[in-house]
Amino acid sequence: MTTALGSFEEANGEVTSSSRRLADLVFKIREFGIIAVLAIFVIVTASIQSRFIDSQNIKFIFTNATIYALLALGETMVVVARNIDLSVGSVLGLSAYLSADMFNRAHGIPIVAVFAVGLAIGLACGVVNGAIVTLGRVPSLVVTLATLYVIRGLDIILVGGGMVVASSLPNSFLAIASASAGPVPYLAMVVAVVIGLGAYYLRSFRSGRELYAIGSNPDAAVLAGIPIGKRVFTAFVVSGGIAGIAGVLWAANYGTIDSTAGTGYELQVVAAVVVGGVAIFGGSGTVVGAAFGALLLATITQALYVLGISSFWDGAIAGLLLIAAISMDHGIAVSLTAALRKRSLQRGT
Amino acid sequence: MGELLDRCDTSGVASLNLSALVPEPRVNGAIAPEPALEPLLVMEHVAKSFGVVRALGDGSLELYRGETHALVGENGAGKSTMVKILAGVYQPDEGTLRIDGHEAVLASPAAARDAGIAVIYQEPSLFPDLTVAENVFIGRPLLRSGRRIDRRAMHRRVLELLEPLGVRLDPERIARGLSIADQQIVEIAKALSLEARVIVMDEPTAALSAYEVQRLFRVVETLRAAGAAVLFISHRLNEVFAICQRVTVMRDGQRVLSRPLEGLGPDDLVRAMVGRDVVEREQTGESQRGDVVLKAERLTREGVFTDISFEVRSGEIVALAGLVGSGRSEVARAIFGIDRYDAGAVHIAGARLKKGVPAAAMAAGVGLVPEDRRLQGLVMELSIEGNIAMASLGRLQRFGFVRRAAEHRFASDWATRLRIRYLRLTSPVSTLSGGNQQKSVLAKWLSRRPRLLIIDEPTRGIDVATKSEVHRLLVELAQEGVAVLMISSELPEVLRVADRVLVMREGRLVAEFSHQEASEESIVAAATGQAEMFTS
Repeated sequence: MTTALGSFEEANGEVTSSSRRLADLVFKIREFGIIAVLAIFVIVTASIQSRFIDSQNIKFIFTNATIYALLALGETMVVVARNIDLSVGSVLGLSAYLSADMFNRAHGIPIVAVFAVGLAIGLACGVVNGAIVTLGRVPSLVVTLATLYVIRGLDIILVGGGMVVASSLPNSFLAIASASAGPVPYLAMVVAVVIGLGAYYLRSFRSGRELYAIGSNPDAAVLAGIPIGKRVFTAFVVSGGIAGIAGVLWAANYGTIDSTAGTGYELQVVAAVVVGGVAIFGGSGTVVGAAFGALLLATITQALYVLGISSFWDGAIAGLLLIAAISMDHGIAVSLTAALRKRSLQRGT
Repeated sequence: MGELLDRCDTSGVASLNLSALVPEPRVNGAIAPEPALEPLLVMEHVAKSFGVVRALGDGSLELYRGETHALVGENGAGKSTMVKILAGVYQPDEGTLRIDGHEAVLASPAAARDAGIAVIYQEPSLFPDLTVAENVFIGRPLLRSGRRIDRRAMHRRVLELLEPLGVRLDPERIARGLSIADQQIVEIAKALSLEARVIVMDEPTAALSAYEVQRLFRVVETLRAAGAAVLFISHRLNEVFAICQRVTVMRDGQRVLSRPLEGLGPDDLVRAMVGRDVVEREQTGESQRGDVVLKAERLTREGVFTDISFEVRSGEIVALAGLVGSGRSEVARAIFGIDRYDAGAVHIAGARLKKGVPAAAMAAGVGLVPEDRRLQGLVMELSIEGNIAMASLGRLQRFGFVRRAAEHRFASDWATRLRIRYLRLTSPVSTLSGGNQQKSVLAKWLSRRPRLLIIDEPTRGIDVATKSEVHRLLVELAQEGVAVLMISSELPEVLRVADRVLVMREGRLVAEFSHQEASEESIVAAATGQAEMFTS
């Protein structure tokens, strides 16, 4: 049996793997593309302003990118299932203020408990998003656009005109974001591991693959008996929970938290995810790609700062990258389909 | 490979003698007794209504192990409803289902799957971003330790499932870009992995090329020989006679015939289906040729079609034949301006047509009836009259407002002319049967009085009687001086209707035949590029 199978596989090898290799190559190029753009930015900026690659600056980029990359992990899970979570910035803001404020309300509270508060806030927001999307059958674009405003409004009511200042936070808490080995913050390493685990989950577990299936063909997913509601709900809860944790990290990083914390992050995160190669209509893309997308956007922001270019350009460049990424993906999808079809034809006749 | 020739021969009964490969006890005699064994699946007096519309009045069916059973009938006869009941998508209002002698309730697609029933649709809906193996095992992947997905095992298992089918597909490639035929193979592999005993194929060959149909037939025969019961639904009677042993004919939601195919001819089935004799009108080839209406010059679109040049004259019906995927529809879309082309030119009545602008094509008098009428030809939620009048709103408006009364008159006029059967013109067009939907698309374009009508698969998936009506319409149009460019995968249709036949293969025009020269063999040979296959 095994030998017969082996020979069958071998005989198959040459014909069958050509189309796979093509598809693989395209995806590799897609992620190489981000890394190449990243490298170009770093090299060009560093050659103009060598300060760009000093330890302090690199650390700054990593710290910024870490929070975006973490948010992008949750966002990717939602987007591959053909949904979107626009509330992450507001959730981050609410969590950042309420968790940091715990140090003022309950003196000596352990840091773990503060993280638990942030996580709980995030999960609660995720549950609300997920429930309205799946039970109410409302498009997630509308739902999370609404909760973006609702949660931000709640944040403003709770914070009022006040703010949490760094001096009221324990040094051990602030060190979470700032401690580093050379230019690489420990936090970035931890988040890298978490993203690695997320990638493994999405690749190797049934529920993870089913998120891709839902995004790839929702109607067929119903017929295949995939619990769409449950999966999408879970994705929103995870995205919310991650945004909650990200809020605590944001507080540790910036120290000063008012009601505007995390404003506009949702668009940065969606941009990172799409630039990182996740299809906006679901079905394909990886969290590793999304993390690289976040790193690229953070690098651009800092490069412009170092070069003394107005930060107004930041958004413009992010937007251009977004357009480039989307048109590139569209182009790749069209030509890949055509190429794969052509191969099938040649093989078929 | 003489089978391919035989398959096209409508008069031959059971010409494709696949059963010789595997000895199969055939039932002889005209009104043969049922085989002694217990049927695997029995459907008894099943009825289903949607509101006041009775889609199925008395659906009955017996399926035996090791048989390929044909289910035929005109559109609207209730076949699709029966399929959906077997698939667990619809719940019957009345009647019973028995599997292995036990009453079964198929409450959901999952329940049907668990009962061992698999349905292969005309156009399977796979997950384009997942691999072939993942598609086969969707919803129930093979797992290894830690509940992780076992890709290697799935890969191996898919190869094992495909091997007896004689089909080669890479389990690790993503499904995007698979041909429809290969997508069906993936669905069949899925059915096999579920150990399905009843395999329902709902018009599986409608979108396949002749070669792919042959491959599917071999697969069906393998499944049957292995003991599965295959329910084969097709509008092409020659296919029914080629691979089926027994037949059930439906008409108006009732079973009218169920018996072995032996001793029956296609005419008998058609008579049973329509309840009367159908006279098919032959193309006379006498229509008056006029000036050149469409002139395509060296049209090229990178990787899709290359160097396509041809003309269509007024009063002429030109068929574009070839395998699915040979680029025929793409050429039509490029002419109409839906897709762009990289090189070449299109002239309508001597004037060069701007590329990539459908409005310009319409203004020049070009009409396009697309292949997929549900997606591209009709707005399903819109009323019948709204759909028919849609392309003529300019003539029905006053001060920028569409006059509803004029729209209604206009639509009812054209609906009568094309003999569209409807209840109310204000009902959504989705309430019409497939054939009447196709006629509505035709009405929409004919009412513009086009110079050139491009029609893609004019009779795909519609019943025999409506088919000949559509053919008659096309011939009449040509006689009125319209130039018709028809894309069709159905060779009998091409031979019957077309004055000239152009054949495409892999994006190139490879042959041209006049009405007299054209034959099924010559077209198929040109389309596949394997003339030696047909020298039996």
